[in-house]
Amino acid sequence: MIYWQLILVYLKIGTFSFGGGYAMLSLIQHEIVEKHAWLTTQQFTDIVAISQMTPGPIGINSATYIGYSVTGSVWGSVAATVAVCLPSFILVLLISYFFVKCKDNKYIRAAMSGLLPMSVALIASAALLLMNKENFIDYKSILIFFAAFIATWKKVHPILLILLAGLAGFLLY
Amino acid sequence: MKKYLILFYTFAKIGMFTIGGGYAMIPLIEREIVRKKWLSKEDFMEMFALTQSLPGIFAVNISIFVGYKLLKVKGSIVCALATILPSFVIILLIAMFFDRFQDNEAVIRIFNGIRPAVVALILYPCISAARALKLRYGQLILPGIAALLIWQGGVSPVYIVLAGIAGGIIYTLWLKDKLKKL
Repeated sequence: MIYWQLILVYLKIGTFSFGGGYAMLSLIQHEIVEKHAWLTTQQFTDIVAISQMTPGPIGINSATYIGYSVTGSVWGSVAATVAVCLPSFILVLLISYFFVKCKDNKYIRAAMSGLLPMSVALIASAALLLMNKENFIDYKSILIFFAAFIATWKKVHPILLILLAGLAGFLLY
Repeated sequence: MKKYLILFYTFAKIGMFTIGGGYAMIPLIEREIVRKKWLSKEDFMEMFALTQSLPGIFAVNISIFVGYKLLKVKGSIVCALATILPSFVIILLIAMFFDRFQDNEAVIRIFNGIRPAVVALILYPCISAARALKLRYGQLILPGIAALLIWQGGVSPVYIVLAGIAGGIIYTLWLKDKLKKL
């Protein structure tokens, strides 16, 4: 059943996503676009854009949006959103209950020393996976990409950047 | 009851007014929580460091921590729901109505322009993360291989995460000493 698949996928995303929202994207893309083909790359990219312009963490936004678009029901959103929060919810409660001092734990520090460099890989792969013919339809896309990259580097606010890119798309296409 | 309402209101506000992802929430969370004396500045920093080594959604995890510290399990549920709710409602409304506009010619043109910009928006944090971690070029070889495996090899990021954890433990607790002795 689609609901169980959705819940399982988002439990997996909630358990194995380290390194923040952008690092999470590669796992979401792997599960939702490549493995289950619930969304096209274009739809997935649009959700990332919408997430950037609306309040809240990208992990929640994507779960809510994808939950709805996969099932066509509010309950799909509820299921995916609860599922993505559940693993860390249990983990945080266990840590609070047992007063675990993770910061001083040598095993956790050792694990983090390997995990943190990998978050660079996760973010890079999220960007690379979206560099395809669906998102880059012609040379104008490439121009917008480079302009947006320089603008991000120069600390232009993401919302302003997306609005400008939308305006550019409206004028150029 | 009033305590729960205050918690709910505070975290709904945090969920509502932070645009651009979890990390944008941190200054706001710190201000609200430290000012209300729910946690000391030191406790907050300790919790912040701890939360970074946990999976899942950063802002939600922080709200669960604070909720548990103040009002145990019920508090943590209230705080988590409050953080989630604003973005849940907004995204649900967008999801319900966006489909109708997807075939609109102007919307198609606008999103043709937005998509490459989103890729740039994702790519940049990868460079800033590498800088923040002070990775040298040699240390980028393994993450580079991992990114290629996900991108071209279709390898699940789950295995990359597990390999990172295993690699970190093996290197720090075992290999490092052996290499020093050589």
